[in-house]
Amino acid sequence: MDKTSKTKKQGLSPAKEGWLSVLTGVVTGFINGLFGGGGGMIVVPMLTYLLKRSPKTAHATAILIILPLSLVSGLIYLAFGNFKWEIGLPVGIGVTVGGIVGAFLLKKLSAKWVTIIFAVMMAIAGGKMLFF
Amino acid sequence: MEYVWFSVVGIIGGLLGGMGMGGGTLLIPLLTIFCKVGQHTAQAVNLLSFIVMALIVLVIHIRNKLVNFKKVLYIIVPGIATCIGGAYLAKVLSGDLLQRLFGGFLLILSIFQFISGLKTKKQ
Repeated sequence: MDKTSKTKKQGLSPAKEGWLSVLTGVVTGFINGLFGGGGGMIVVPMLTYLLKRSPKTAHATAILIILPLSLVSGLIYLAFGNFKWEIGLPVGIGVTVGGIVGAFLLKKLSAKWVTIIFAVMMAIAGGKMLFF
Repeated sequence: MEYVWFSVVGIIGGLLGGMGMGGGTLLIPLLTIFCKVGQHTAQAVNLLSFIVMALIVLVIHIRNKLVNFKKVLYIIVPGIATCIGGAYLAKVLSGDLLQRLFGGFLLILSIFQFISGLKTKKQ
């Protein structure tokens, strides 16, 4: 476990790493602003494959990146009148409780099956939203 | 009664979010498909409901020295610029079109997610 938490030493030049970082930010920000989420699903693979971060570091760093992006775009949605407290408050409490439980559950569940079940659910939801 | 369903949907989204599986990408369709919430509202709720949970989880991750601060401003600053652009683009799109685009985005993500699930070693 400790091995994966360390950043791999890779031969990325500082200039290249800088540009790839900017690219990662540009794509992640646009998706997160347009779709009101999903930035994490973009930034984690970009951090691991482009910037050569270990998967565990990428997941943790992704939260640091998505937090300000979600705050800024969330405030814009709020200013446009899209946010509803009567929905946001119960959902937010649920997300916070579920999130803390999920962080602990991760150790006990098989990551393989959680990922596959999640993929199938996403495909069903995506198909329904796109075509119906 | 509605509040109960909103909390349940939040818990499901949060569970996946806490496991680092992109809870928001599931929370939005749960809200629109099962709770009949409009696409723009679901997106706004997802963005802001994520904040408190993310702050708590981030503190835990920083304490565990899992967060890499290297070049992180190179990602965040351009990200803030384009997320403002994305949010304004979402405003001018109709709820129906935005929902279809989001559906297409989910379908593409699900393929990558499925492949990554197959590659994951059993733990």
